Amino acid sequence: MLTWYRRCVIVQIDKDLVAASATPLVLAILAEGDSYGYAILRRVRRLSAGEIEWTDGMLYPLLHRLHRLGYVATEWRASPEGRRRRYYTITEEGRRALTRRRSQWATVTRALDDVWGRFVVLPFAGA
Amino acid sequence: MEGLETEIAEWRDFIARALEGQEVEELEGHLRDQIADLTKAGLTDDEAFLVAVRRIGGVDDLSREFAREHSGRLWRQLVVSDDEESPKSRWPVTLAFAMAAAITIQVARLAAGFPAEESSWLTRNLSLLVLPFLAGYFAWRRRLAPLHWLFALAPFVVAAAVVNLYPFVAGGSTELLVAAHLPVAVWFVVAYPYMGGAPGSHERRMDYVRFTGEWLIYYVLIALGGGVLLGLTTLILEPAGVDSELIVEWALPSGAAGAVVVAAWLVEAKQRVVENMAPALTMVFSPLFAVMLVGSAVVYAVTGLGGAFDRELLGVFDLMMVVVLGLVLYGVCARDPSKPPGWTDRIQLVAMAGALVLDLMVLGVMIARISELGFTPNRTAALGLNLVLLVALSGTALLTARFLKRDSTIHRLERWQTGYLPVFAVWAAVVVVVLPPLFGFV
Repeated sequence: MLTWYRRCVIVQIDKDLVAASATPLVLAILAEGDSYGYAILRRVRRLSAGEIEWTDGMLYPLLHRLHRLGYVATEWRASPEGRRRRYYTITEEGRRALTRRRSQWATVTRALDDVWGRFVVLPFAGA
Repeated sequence: MEGLETEIAEWRDFIARALEGQEVEELEGHLRDQIADLTKAGLTDDEAFLVAVRRIGGVDDLSREFAREHSGRLWRQLVVSDDEESPKSRWPVTLAFAMAAAITIQVARLAAGFPAEESSWLTRNLSLLVLPFLAGYFAWRRRLAPLHWLFALAPFVVAAAVVNLYPFVAGGSTELLVAAHLPVAVWFVVAYPYMGGAPGSHERRMDYVRFTGEWLIYYVLIALGGGVLLGLTTLILEPAGVDSELIVEWALPSGAAGAVVVAAWLVEAKQRVVENMAPALTMVFSPLFAVMLVGSAVVYAVTGLGGAFDRELLGVFDLMMVVVLGLVLYGVCARDPSKPPGWTDRIQLVAMAGALVLDLMVLGVMIARISELGFTPNRTAALGLNLVLLVALSGTALLTARFLKRDSTIHRLERWQTGYLPVFAVWAAVVVVVLPPLFGFV
């Protein structure tokens, strides 16, 4: 039952919502420390318990966009297996952007909570 | 294990068709990490490879997403999504637009009384005879809606009305100024259909700048080839008693008009060629221009501008400043935005500093002359152009310097430049529309 419910939610998370949350999510993960593409994705999966599904490849155009905007810096480093790996570091500009996004999201969720707080029962809440 | 390596290599070759070297390497690293995790979880190599590839997503989607991010590669998006129509099927229509431009120029020339008289009417209207076909070509290529066709072509009608209803004094300086500024203003009009009728966004403007630079390169190449062709034709036909001047007189204008459309077609059809060539050209000429500019700045700082300064020299100075600015603008939009500041950026800063010093000297002389002798159409146009250039150069130089100190991003520099572009268009339009009545059309 739980897996079925979960699949249901995965399908239901709107593409636009995933896209809108991608930038703050990636910036927040990088604010915890330098990271590379695959590790960022793993972290996103773990944070959302698998409910936010990205097509893996799409992370990279996003990272490049953040780089162009000056939010992150990048550097090629060697991985333990001896391959080159591209690491991303958040910049001061990126931290500022993250703060901005954060307050925007706080406003949105607060507003939504306020409205939804009046309806007690959520569909699927008992599943 | 060997099978897995072959599979990864094949996959890499496949995505390398659409993506760049570093992007491929990054994605391959991702694929390998994913496969390692999946095999650790108990999957076989084959299974792990399939799942990992599936998770990365389709190459089409990926390249489209990358293309959107690096708007310079917007053409790839066009190439990917334009299935129903191959580039080959486009050339007959392209040729039709080019031919229309070539024929129009001849008809207009005959109507203006060629070859009996030299008509200033033709010089004034030249850009209005050719560039509407370029605008039409882009309107067709971008499949504009009928209403947008109207928006794209209406400015030409307005410009034609202004230029032909003004009672210019024959051979006066306002008429010459209009002839020199109208092509610039009209070139910005072409930006509208080029952007597909959705003007404004920073990325689109950058694309148009890039297009302008690449179009110029193709046009010069076509002109060189055309020159050789004409030269050979006259050499071959002269012994047969054919008047070679006649051939040049008739073939050259048509060729020059048609090449405007053909060059635009080539920029998009053979993008990869010019995309590789243009940055190399910028790299070769930026240092040379830097040396030339600093050298002339030193020379004129020592000798002083006053004595040698006349109208022709002023024109040369302005032309040089425009070229430098174009070079810098193009250099910025052709560079890879992910690269840190390097020696090319430093050289461009040196070139801009030299140009700035020269511009300030010119401005000083010009203001002295105006305060002594008053405003004329020529002096007003020159003063305005120099002020517009001064702001453009100093702003660009300042942001480049900050970028070199890593105080700012290349993105901000790009944005500033594309944001400033309309100023050029507005100034050119002012010279065409406002200046002539202001000075009584002399």
